[in-house]
Amino acid sequence: MTVGYYLYLSAVLFTIGAVGVLVRRNAIIVFMCVELMLNAVNLSLVTFGRLNSNLDGQVIAFFVMVVAATEVVVGLAIIMSIFRSRRSASVDDANLLKY
Amino acid sequence: MTLETAKTVAYTAPTGVFHLTFLLVVFPLLGAMVLLLGGRRTNGWGHWLGCATPIAAFVLAVIEFFAMIGRSGSDRQIDQHLFTWVPVASFHVNANVLIDPLSMVFVLLITGVGSLIHIYSVSYMDHDANRRRFFGQLNLFVAAMLLLVLADNYLVLYVGWEGVGLASYLLIGFWHHKPSAAVAAKKAFIVNRVGDLGLSIGIMLIFSTFGTVAFDGVFNGAASGQAHSGTMTAIGLLLLLGACGKSAQVPLQSWLLDAMEGPTPVSALIHAATMVTAGIYLIARSNAIYDVAPDARLVVEIVGAVTLIFGAIIGCAHDDIKKVLAASTMSQIGYMMLAVGIGPPAYAFGILLLLCHGFFKADMFLGAGSVMHGNNDEVNMRRYGGLRTVMPWTFWTFMFGYLAIIGMIPFAGFFSKDKIIEAAFDTGGARGDIFGGVALLGAAITAFYMTRLMLMTFFGTKRWPKDVHPHESPKTMLVPMSILALGSLVSGFLLVYHDDLANFLTPSLGPVAPPATQPLTQVQFSIVALCVVLVGVGIAYWRVGTKPVPVEVPNQVTQLTKAARASLYGDAFNESVFMRPGQYLTRALVFFDLRGVDGVVNGLAAGIGGTSARVRRIQTGFVRSYALAMLFGALAVTAFLVIVRVGGRV
Amino acid sequence: MSEMVLAAAGGGTVPVHEAVLFWVLAPIMVIAAVGMIFARSAVHAAVLLAVIMLSLAAFYTAENAPFLAVVQVVVYTGAVLMLFLFVLMLIGVDSTDSLVETLRGQRAAAFAVGLGFAVLLVAALAGALGGFAPNGLGASEATNGNVVAIAHLLFSRYVFAFEATSALLITAGLGAMVLAHREPTEPKATQQQQMRARAARGGAAVGPLPGPGIYADHDAVDTPALLPDGSVAAGSVPAYLQVSAGRSHVDTTDHELER
Repeated sequence: MTVGYYLYLSAVLFTIGAVGVLVRRNAIIVFMCVELMLNAVNLSLVTFGRLNSNLDGQVIAFFVMVVAATEVVVGLAIIMSIFRSRRSASVDDANLLKY
Repeated sequence: MTLETAKTVAYTAPTGVFHLTFLLVVFPLLGAMVLLLGGRRTNGWGHWLGCATPIAAFVLAVIEFFAMIGRSGSDRQIDQHLFTWVPVASFHVNANVLIDPLSMVFVLLITGVGSLIHIYSVSYMDHDANRRRFFGQLNLFVAAMLLLVLADNYLVLYVGWEGVGLASYLLIGFWHHKPSAAVAAKKAFIVNRVGDLGLSIGIMLIFSTFGTVAFDGVFNGAASGQAHSGTMTAIGLLLLLGACGKSAQVPLQSWLLDAMEGPTPVSALIHAATMVTAGIYLIARSNAIYDVAPDARLVVEIVGAVTLIFGAIIGCAHDDIKKVLAASTMSQIGYMMLAVGIGPPAYAFGILLLLCHGFFKADMFLGAGSVMHGNNDEVNMRRYGGLRTVMPWTFWTFMFGYLAIIGMIPFAGFFSKDKIIEAAFDTGGARGDIFGGVALLGAAITAFYMTRLMLMTFFGTKRWPKDVHPHESPKTMLVPMSILALGSLVSGFLLVYHDDLANFLTPSLGPVAPPATQPLTQVQFSIVALCVVLVGVGIAYWRVGTKPVPVEVPNQVTQLTKAARASLYGDAFNESVFMRPGQYLTRALVFFDLRGVDGVVNGLAAGIGGTSARVRRIQTGFVRSYALAMLFGALAVTAFLVIVRVGGRV
Repeated sequence: MSEMVLAAAGGGTVPVHEAVLFWVLAPIMVIAAVGMIFARSAVHAAVLLAVIMLSLAAFYTAENAPFLAVVQVVVYTGAVLMLFLFVLMLIGVDSTDSLVETLRGQRAAAFAVGLGFAVLLVAALAGALGGFAPNGLGASEATNGNVVAIAHLLFSRYVFAFEATSALLITAGLGAMVLAHREPTEPKATQQQQMRARAARGGAAVGPLPGPGIYADHDAVDTPALLPDGSVAAGSVPAYLQVSAGRSHVDTTDHELER
């Protein structure tokens, strides 16, 4: 096993997260899949930092975590207020912008 | 340059009164502009201005004529440079006016006869509210015709050519509210266009052969023999095509009879004396070209011979007085064409007949106008009869013209037409006999139909309708008619006396060549011709004069008469050979345009519409399908980057 | 730590213990991820995500990022994921998601594209990483360790991003408060009004709900209260809990007194 295997794992996790976004209808689960994608990217950032022998990867991963937290806060607040008015947390309900 | 050398053409610069030559064109042109642009304001005095301009031009022409006579032969070709028209590299065309003997006689004819007809029109068009417009357009015609004969190169001649075509169209369709007049004007213009096409291609060919379109350059080039004879024949035939269009010769003759829809002064001036003679002018002027293209000249002769018989046959069967005169014009111009087709022995005689014809035909047309004027504008001769008692002046002036046209001594036609028939026979051989015989036969038929016209109109029983009271015409109409009648009497004699005209025209047309053979002497010939004419008159009297003329058109007639009534099927031929295929072609093209071109364009639009109707279903409104599209896009971008990198590395 | 660093220097291969760690946790992570996207209940999905995140923390530790590992556990798993669970609670934890796909062809297309994407990435990475030998992070954190080195970077090179991110955090917190706030449309009912409303509704207990009773053996929440006639009092046990039959006290006094 070489260091590159972390990157393969990261790619696989990212893809699984992406497919999850496409396949699930519950807004919260879609959000969790997005979190999975972000985590996969963090893993690859740290690995790249290790490969390049500096700490920039880790710092950037740190920023990603912070911003992800922010995003979760705001996103969940939005989902909650949507749920309060529509009584449904399905992403398929917002489909008025169609042909 | 002397004349003894092989026809080298050189023009001299203007001196003295010849500096004013351009005014000949400018006077009527100014008159036309004032009258046509001035509008209704000029209605009160418009017709007097319209008369004044050709009279002024005539006066100037007479002054120049006397000045020209005062010069020696070689100095009589005066070329006045006005301005440089087309200064494009090798194509250099000047707007010049050339006054030489040939153009001088034409100028005198146009302005002289034109002035008389203008004066006649003052009272003929008295009742017409658009009289001022009539004079404006008539002045325009005179200006264009003068430009045509005064041009010193083919391009300026073409400008005049087109100008007279335009004026003819405007004047034939003068009463444009009448559908028949509008159609006749259109027909004249279109048939002329065919001829103009020949002329313009001929001019292009001239330019490409000689590098210039100026007369002196072209004629010198032709005489020097530098051009290929096939090219010269082609040029000759193309110029002939143009002449056929303008002069209503076969095959472009169908418009002349319909052109009688225009007012009678128009028929007199344009379609008898001047415009239809422009073709003869063109061929006579281009004699240097035809000298080196004898085959083209033979075709000219054939066209002339065919047309003179054609016109004569048509003239025998029509009942419309103006149409008979138009057919006779066609036939007489056939004589002139025959004359210029014979070549150097007969050029001058063709011009002689042209001048005399100008007098007597204009005289007869004005007489016809007078007859119509007195009969409530009736043109059907079957409703005339016995008019000589109520319209004596008209009768006698018409009589002079009639005697001139049939060639009765001592009237004009005797000297002019007989000379042409004589020249035809004098070319010798089978050719001479055939053409001479045709010309003689034409003379007989001419005598026949003209006598028929006279008998039906002025003699016999009165067949006037109830409400028609024929009366004599006012003085302003009778005086010009009288002057022209006098011209019909004396012009032939005066011009032939001591070969005055022939000698005068020598600088332009070359000397009159001696005849090849002379089967009969001149006196013998004249007697033969007179006998033939009297035979024609006798037959006409026997067929028309002895029994009363039926008012209804008889239907039990021979096939030849029916064909002649239908103008020898000229219109039917044009329709079936040109018009119908043209219509089919147009319809096919319209079909192609609507279905093909519009189909492609509309099909493209419909295709795009249909495609977008399908493609818009991609917008499902679901976030997840959009997310799928995004992931797919990411895949595509990544794949592209990988491939590019892989490709770059390899 | 430094041994791991030095060991990683040789041709990119990692020491055995790291390899073992990887090969144990990686399949678990992948299975958890797949399970997450197929889980029917949202809470199950959240728990599986927690598994993934914790495994990632272990990887960070193995990759010389101890600070990041701790932050991953504390912030990501501890705060963010718990936030997910709180919202699930508010929205409806028993709301199950039907796994039947409503969009035609979406699932097939998603799997196809996902598979293609994964293959593409792995292939690209495999092609790019050949012969890449890391030097180790020893030099950058030689003196004071990982945290201090990160702090150095954070406050020198990335200070602007740091400040901006902190502003972002504050804004996000405010935004969440604004979004989640519900403006009361009528004044809040006082205690008196609530009691009156409850009494007017009828059928509801005015006083507190009955407890297990003095004869109860247990005071657990799932021990029902008995009415005087021995029946179970409605509402004494929350609906989502089963009444523990073994805990209901049956009056055996008579039975015992039957001697």
